[in-house]
Amino acid sequence: MTTLIDAPPSDADALLPPTKKQAGGGLGQYILVRFLLIFPTILILVTMVFFLMRVTGDPITAAMGGRLPPDQLQERIHAAGYDRPLLVQYFEYLGQLATGNFGTTLSDNRKVIEMLTTYGAATLELAINALIVALLVGIPLGMIAAHRRDHLPDAVLRILAILFYATPVFFAGMLMKLVFSVWLGWLPVAGRAGTRTELSLTALEAPTGIYWLDALRSGNTAAFSDVMSHAVLPAVTLGLLTAGVFLRLVRTNVIGTLGKDYVEAGRSRGVSEFRLVTKHAYKPALIPIITVMGLQIAVLLGGAVLTETTFEWKGLGFQLANYLTARDFVAVQGIVVLLAVIVAVTNFIVDIIAALIDPRVRY
Amino acid sequence: MTAETTLEPVTNPRASFVRRLPVVSHFNKSVGLQRFMLVVGLVLTGIFLLTALAAPLLAPYGFAQLSDADGSFPTQQAPGGKHLLGTTVGGYDVLSRVIWGTQTALMVIIVAVVLSIFAGVILGLVSGYIGGWLDRVLVVVADAIYAFPSLLLAIVIAIVISGGQSSLLGGILAAAASITVVFIPQYFRVIRAETIRLKAEPFVESAKVVGASNVRIMSRHIFRNATRTLPLIFTLNASEAILTLAGLGFLGFGIEPSSAAEWGFDLNKALADVTSGIWWTGLFPGLAIVWTVLGLTLVGESINDLNDPRLRGRRRTSRKAVPAGPAATEPAADGPGTETELSNP
Repeated sequence: MTTLIDAPPSDADALLPPTKKQAGGGLGQYILVRFLLIFPTILILVTMVFFLMRVTGDPITAAMGGRLPPDQLQERIHAAGYDRPLLVQYFEYLGQLATGNFGTTLSDNRKVIEMLTTYGAATLELAINALIVALLVGIPLGMIAAHRRDHLPDAVLRILAILFYATPVFFAGMLMKLVFSVWLGWLPVAGRAGTRTELSLTALEAPTGIYWLDALRSGNTAAFSDVMSHAVLPAVTLGLLTAGVFLRLVRTNVIGTLGKDYVEAGRSRGVSEFRLVTKHAYKPALIPIITVMGLQIAVLLGGAVLTETTFEWKGLGFQLANYLTARDFVAVQGIVVLLAVIVAVTNFIVDIIAALIDPRVRY
Repeated sequence: MTAETTLEPVTNPRASFVRRLPVVSHFNKSVGLQRFMLVVGLVLTGIFLLTALAAPLLAPYGFAQLSDADGSFPTQQAPGGKHLLGTTVGGYDVLSRVIWGTQTALMVIIVAVVLSIFAGVILGLVSGYIGGWLDRVLVVVADAIYAFPSLLLAIVIAIVISGGQSSLLGGILAAAASITVVFIPQYFRVIRAETIRLKAEPFVESAKVVGASNVRIMSRHIFRNATRTLPLIFTLNASEAILTLAGLGFLGFGIEPSSAAEWGFDLNKALADVTSGIWWTGLFPGLAIVWTVLGLTLVGESINDLNDPRLRGRRRTSRKAVPAGPAATEPAADGPGTETELSNP
């Protein structure tokens, strides 16, 4: 969850040594610097999470404490190497991460990397669905609000956007579940698909893990409609949260560009109001929108944890909550590292897109 | 607070002290819908504050009370009768828990925001003023934390701090500290950007020439000027603090029901009820969250818009006099007294 503060720009510019500014610096150099910045970002988060989780003790005591006699516990701690100095363990962990070895979960003894790919696909599906809802709802409504600024539609939409933001995703999800699943009975209560569909989809050859994609590939229309009916409520719940942010963002930025001279010039040449808003004013407003969209990925992932728990959507967030309850810190670390990588890479891509659209960004 | 006074710039030194207070000055600047939103926000927030302060008087039962003189409370009883908003699966009175929840929320907001302002402002001042490698490192760290899903970070911190214990104070501190870690980067960014801007101002130069120490320049000259945007971040962060607290509670990392009433935790327990059509256990704590966040956000939003001359609503001096519509009456330039935009720190 971020605040409603508009477009906190990336501080990459502050990090570039001033000499680069004077030299002009090409796009290639900018991309390189931004790319190199990915690594410290990930490293900082990994370091923070590692030490924070170890402050409370070693993972085995956390997971098994009380269930094993002390001497057996000691034996297992020693066997796993958790009684060595923390720094040694830290560098060993970094080394393992660098080679793609995330370890094995303590509670259900699975390879972390395998767990991440299985549940990551579910979270990806949810995030894509939610993003589609957010864009479909947020951008047109934002344009309407900007065009009808200070009139009734604008007032209604702005209050709606704030209401979307003020409603916690899990409360919104709970209400929708109550109305559409329990009272009206239109949509399933929870889960990603019915049991039969789930079985038929996992039986597929080389499943992507994204259910609607798998259902489409197999040409199974019954499975597809089942998957879709399960996907609606979580996608709308998570999507509306982000839609509110997009709405505000599009509104603010389009209002900014609508006041520009070239829009006025377009209007005097007889360009339609619709075209003025959707083309002339909207396109230049895209850069801050894209930047914030990147930041919204983090919000989306945070919201996904809550949405998945609400709808028992078996993705990373749902598993994260489970692993946290089981105090399986190896699994938790794995999930956090993956999310850190996703966030860092998204921010990198967003910065590059912004630089491609607007040369001023890269000096 | 007549219409004439609204044209005064915020920083007008001749305006009375009361009129220069953040919210009051914003109220005077506002018109139409913006004033309406600000007022609604203030009313909602006011009721929230009053409820929190008067919780012991308002709540019919204690937040952890399971029985009274007539015996144990029934579980999952529909609203009405002795329990106006019904009872939960555990036998708690929903209304009482909603009311007591305001206290928990208020305490967490205060502790979290005070802690993060304290840490964020100091770090921002030092980083922006001293610059150099310290600044670079702090910026990278703050960016990394800022980019990460805040709720996940809050969960990790909550585990570390509370480690399973669930006393009232421990729970509130854990929740507040987790929220703090998430917020420090935001305060840090804003204050740092302002500090860098102010560092080049002539009055800082002159203070240096006179021989003021760095600490004095930071604390007296820059701090006073750099903190103008804080009321805005404060209100926005307060609402986010509520959402984070509720999120933590919903995932089961909040405060146990026996030590305090917490809306997120109640929603967590209510999730299973929804499937069987029991709506009152989840609806009311949820509405309490929406109420509080809405109030704080409306105040923060209005302040944000009023600080930004592009977004500030304009009084229509002569209605429909200009046929071109709103764009034609756009103010030409920002007055020198207008506050800096938060969007580009």
